[in-house]
Amino acid sequence: MGKHLIEFKNVCKTFDDTEVLKNINLHIDENEFLTLLGPSGCGKSTLLRIIAGFEEPTSGSVCFEGADLCGVPAYERKVNTVFQRYALFPHLDVYDNIAFGLHIKKLGSKEIDSKVRRVLELVNLKGFERRTIGSLSGGQQQRIAIARAIVNEPKVLLLDEPLAALDLKLRQGMQLELKNMQRELGITFVYVTHDQEEALTMSDTIVVMKEGTIQQIGKPTDIYNEPKNAYVADFIGESNIISGIMKHDCLVNIMDTDLECVDTGFAPDESVDVVIRPEDIYILDPDKGKITGVVESVTFKGVHYEMVIDSNGFKWLVHDTAKYEVGSDVSLLVKPFDIHIMKKS
Amino acid sequence: MKKHFFKSFIENIYLFLMFLFLYFPIVILMIFSFNSIKSTSNWGGFSTRWYVQMFSDDALLGAFGTTITIAIIAALASCVIGTAAAIGIQGFRSKRLKGLINAVTNLPMVSSELVMGVSMMMLFLTVKIPLGYFTLLLAHITFCVPYVIVSVLPKLVQLDAGLYEAALDLGAKPFYAFRKVVLPEIKPGIISGMLIAFTLSIDDFVISFFTTGNGVNNLSIYIYSSVRRGVNPMYNALSTVMFILVAILLFIINKRSSSKTGDSPIGVLG
Repeated sequence: MGKHLIEFKNVCKTFDDTEVLKNINLHIDENEFLTLLGPSGCGKSTLLRIIAGFEEPTSGSVCFEGADLCGVPAYERKVNTVFQRYALFPHLDVYDNIAFGLHIKKLGSKEIDSKVRRVLELVNLKGFERRTIGSLSGGQQQRIAIARAIVNEPKVLLLDEPLAALDLKLRQGMQLELKNMQRELGITFVYVTHDQEEALTMSDTIVVMKEGTIQQIGKPTDIYNEPKNAYVADFIGESNIISGIMKHDCLVNIMDTDLECVDTGFAPDESVDVVIRPEDIYILDPDKGKITGVVESVTFKGVHYEMVIDSNGFKWLVHDTAKYEVGSDVSLLVKPFDIHIMKKS
Repeated sequence: MKKHFFKSFIENIYLFLMFLFLYFPIVILMIFSFNSIKSTSNWGGFSTRWYVQMFSDDALLGAFGTTITIAIIAALASCVIGTAAAIGIQGFRSKRLKGLINAVTNLPMVSSELVMGVSMMMLFLTVKIPLGYFTLLLAHITFCVPYVIVSVLPKLVQLDAGLYEAALDLGAKPFYAFRKVVLPEIKPGIISGMLIAFTLSIDDFVISFFTTGNGVNNLSIYIYSSVRRGVNPMYNALSTVMFILVAILLFIINKRSSSKTGDSPIGVLG
């Protein structure tokens, strides 16, 4: 993946006695699409603002290409930001917004002209040069904000929930476009979002955060299939999380039922969290599966049905393409490979 | 239907009486400024002799010059100081500190001019600055600053804080970012504030009275001291000119603030 472009070492950040970031260690590689994922208030935006230079870490260091960033003002950093609410300059038109950074670099007007045109083409807004910001739709403003940032050819593009204000259809389209843009331009993207689907779709690496700490760093598939703890499992996609007891290696007991699994390395009778994805549960006729229950609700979701199965008070969330009627007795089966055992956190 | 008519009739009468009491004296004054005789109660025919006399009175023109130069310098200076102060106030992270500073800046606007004038005079005497043009100017700048702050602050509150950061992010140094991004956004507030300051400075009598000296008079002080010696219809002419000048300025300010947003900074003038 190339060398480390940005490196966080033991970074902490406090705002008026509130710890926003706690001992963050993280490296971001060249040409990587890295997503900081977490609920609001987990410190992901603060992390981004530290890279941009709008905040200084309270302690710890941030290095950019091996050099310490401490004390380097925002305007001298080789990064550009796409802001959540775009922050386009309302008194300037589209052209002057995009050319703002180029004017500061004192480029010739011909060069500025060709760069602005090229980047407008890249974001599919050719011919919008003289439009005012107020006359653009949300999606168009979004593209101009991206154009204004990438026209400066930054080493790193920072994106702070750039799609949050767009509607679903537009958002999905932009996700693909952003990913393509990143590949085409060959620059590092650091992307902040609370939307796990967005993170899974676009990222090379996902950093899952919670209350100022990093929970897990990994590829989207690893994060989804091998979540490190119940929090990550719950945040990335839907999950059934249930307490269990690890009887011995490869055998876990939940709800008084012994289930075979593939996890090892736990103490005998250690209490654990068991995570099972809703799509990994098979619904069978009664007596054929391991756990019995009653279908409580069925919701049609397009590709599959989402069903809630009540089993002695625990509500299993199950995705299946076949539909079982509400009230019918069923039993559930999970393959050993699909049972994820996690230490209690 | 009839009741509605009656109600609006009463309302209109009320409004008419209100404006009558407010403006009748001024209208009389304006009419008598064109009187050809010196009487303040008898009409002797139309003439512009008081206007001619006014423009040939050196002492009066001198006072007029003082008023105008003080108003211009005070407006510009208070506009710079007030804008900087507003930016500082907006920058406070602590809500309590912000509220406190706000209250302190608003205090001079609501406190009596007499208090302001006397206290400033005492200050100048204590620090041994001789009363004159300079102290008059300082006093005018001082009482204008809060009005500029009050008119700039709402613009700063509306301003997306991201704009300034976006400019820095694109490589702009802080002052360049301020000049290119923040200033254009808050300019309407600054100009309104400047016009208010200009108007207030032209109008002021009480504070000027206490803070000037050494023979430096502005118009209002000049008129006051002359009228004590005897009424001259020339002051009718002068008052007419000043009234119209201030009215035009107020009209411009109101038009500016109502065409931009609903929050009229002139509201504070009461």
